[in-house]
Amino acid sequence: MVDEDTRAEAPSGAPGGAAAIEVSGLRMRYGDHDVLCGVDLRARRGEVVVVLGPNGAGKTTTVEILEGFRARSAGEVAVLGADPATGDERWRARLGVVMQSWRDHGRWRVDELLAHVARFYAPYSEPGRVRPRPVDELLETVGLTDCARRRINTLSGGQRRRLDVAIGIVGRPEVLFLDEPTAGFDPEARRDFHDLVHGLADEDTTVLLTTHDLDEAEKLADRILILAGGRVVAQGTADQLAAQVPADAEVKWTRGGQRFVHSTPDATAFLRGLLADSGDEVAGIEVRRASLEDAYMTLVHRHETGDARAAASAFAEEVR
Amino acid sequence: MNTPALTALRAGLARGVTEFRHSMTSKDDLLSHFGMIVVFVAVSLMMRGRHVAGTDVPIANMWMPGLMGLTVSISGVLTVASLLATEREDGTLLRAKAVPKGMVGYLVGKAVHIVLVTASLVAVLVVLATLLLDGFTMGGPVGWATVAWVTVLGLLATAPLGAVAGSLITSPRAVMSVLMLPFMAVMGISGVFYQAGSLPEWMQWIAQALPLYWIALGMRSAFLPDSMLVVEIVQSWRLDQAALVLAAWAVAGFLVAVPVLRRMARRQSGARVEAGRRRAMQRG
Repeated sequence: MVDEDTRAEAPSGAPGGAAAIEVSGLRMRYGDHDVLCGVDLRARRGEVVVVLGPNGAGKTTTVEILEGFRARSAGEVAVLGADPATGDERWRARLGVVMQSWRDHGRWRVDELLAHVARFYAPYSEPGRVRPRPVDELLETVGLTDCARRRINTLSGGQRRRLDVAIGIVGRPEVLFLDEPTAGFDPEARRDFHDLVHGLADEDTTVLLTTHDLDEAEKLADRILILAGGRVVAQGTADQLAAQVPADAEVKWTRGGQRFVHSTPDATAFLRGLLADSGDEVAGIEVRRASLEDAYMTLVHRHETGDARAAASAFAEEVR
Repeated sequence: MNTPALTALRAGLARGVTEFRHSMTSKDDLLSHFGMIVVFVAVSLMMRGRHVAGTDVPIANMWMPGLMGLTVSISGVLTVASLLATEREDGTLLRAKAVPKGMVGYLVGKAVHIVLVTASLVAVLVVLATLLLDGFTMGGPVGWATVAWVTVLGLLATAPLGAVAGSLITSPRAVMSVLMLPFMAVMGISGVFYQAGSLPEWMQWIAQALPLYWIALGMRSAFLPDSMLVVEIVQSWRLDQAALVLAAWAVAGFLVAVPVLRRMARRQSGARVEAGRRRAMQRG
């Protein structure tokens, strides 16, 4: 039933597949403080959407509303075709959740807890999606095989986080929510995690992930959403976002053994001039285009100087 | 049969057994569960040779069933409340919410855990008392049956109170400080360690309206001779009345506890757990 609903809406929605997550006009208000003021968001099946934003932008609130853990003030929300506020257990079985901070079950052993959580998913197997994942395989996937018999309260922060991710995917979810999953990861764990997310996307799992790490967003995202002040101020691929911000490119070169750096809005024109003037002596040219980081900083700064609405609409214009 | 509800029920049973095993291998848990028992048994031994006024029953023999009743109500009220507050703050409840039928598994697990812990505490008390106290015997199979149903019904009557308290009190550390005083007051008037019959009548009425008096009375009926009835409020063990009062508390308690638990569980979110973590870290 739920699947049919989702597919039925696909033609009017994003191209390239049915929408797994559809949000429009989402609002959240605590007392007289607006945390979310009209968020629109859409994720196709198998898409990896990364939500970026400063602290307090409403990332966690958005994710918790989609997970069904928080009631919203207004707006339309559908996750796998169902409203999270009224989603039943069958719907719940198709989601995976990794929250920001969990330090529960300290006395349990790693494999003990994974096996326990896995049991709940067994009645929800579907053709093509066997639930749950085998625990041994899962331990291998997240790199916890050597810690399988350890008590959870003896794990390091990064290991603990891997366990959280393992529990999030034990039910082979169709939609996975990850709220800052890589906090406390070392570079190697981070890379393993990125491989894991790519693997999930290959299994047709929709991933919605929040992070502070722009590099991570660039590596993982099919689409990036920048949330600031309770609004989506920009969205697109990392390249699209970078291209929309009129930031200067940085050109570096050496001449006569000396290093030069120059910022310019038009790197091509500048280089043409540079080479024409003193082409023979110039060596080691490097051009760094405006990056996702520049775009992020500019957009968030615009918002913080009280210009969020303008930033959002200006961006919409540019995309068109 | 492999329906979601049955699966969750079985997972919950297994969960309770696992948690019981964790409890029985944790120094902290063993100390907090058995510490009080050890102290009271030691005090009882010092009271040897002294008898309840007007009877030939040693005071220690009267204390022991009272201690069993107290253990049951501590498990029901204080242990349930502090486990709930702790596991709400550390994210255990939220984890259960994120899993299909996870709350069923959690609650069944908690119930099994509490029943197993309480049963082993009561069993240890019975064994210690039988070994150490003169003339302390259980009234055969009927006695066993009485101890069993009083334990279970006593837990059913008190656990909803603990669940409500654990849901309403926000910090795990506040649970004990808020509950201790009223709990001690109830213990004082409920005839746990001395005859409720000698208290002012209005106190007897309050005591008889609350579960602890009846749990302790039921336990005494299983271990004490009928000659001890002279110090009770009414000269009868009144087991039918005890069952009725405890059942009434259980039903009323569940009617109140279910919506309170639901509301508490609904309000759980990652942000709350995160706030709890920050509070815990500030305390160091």
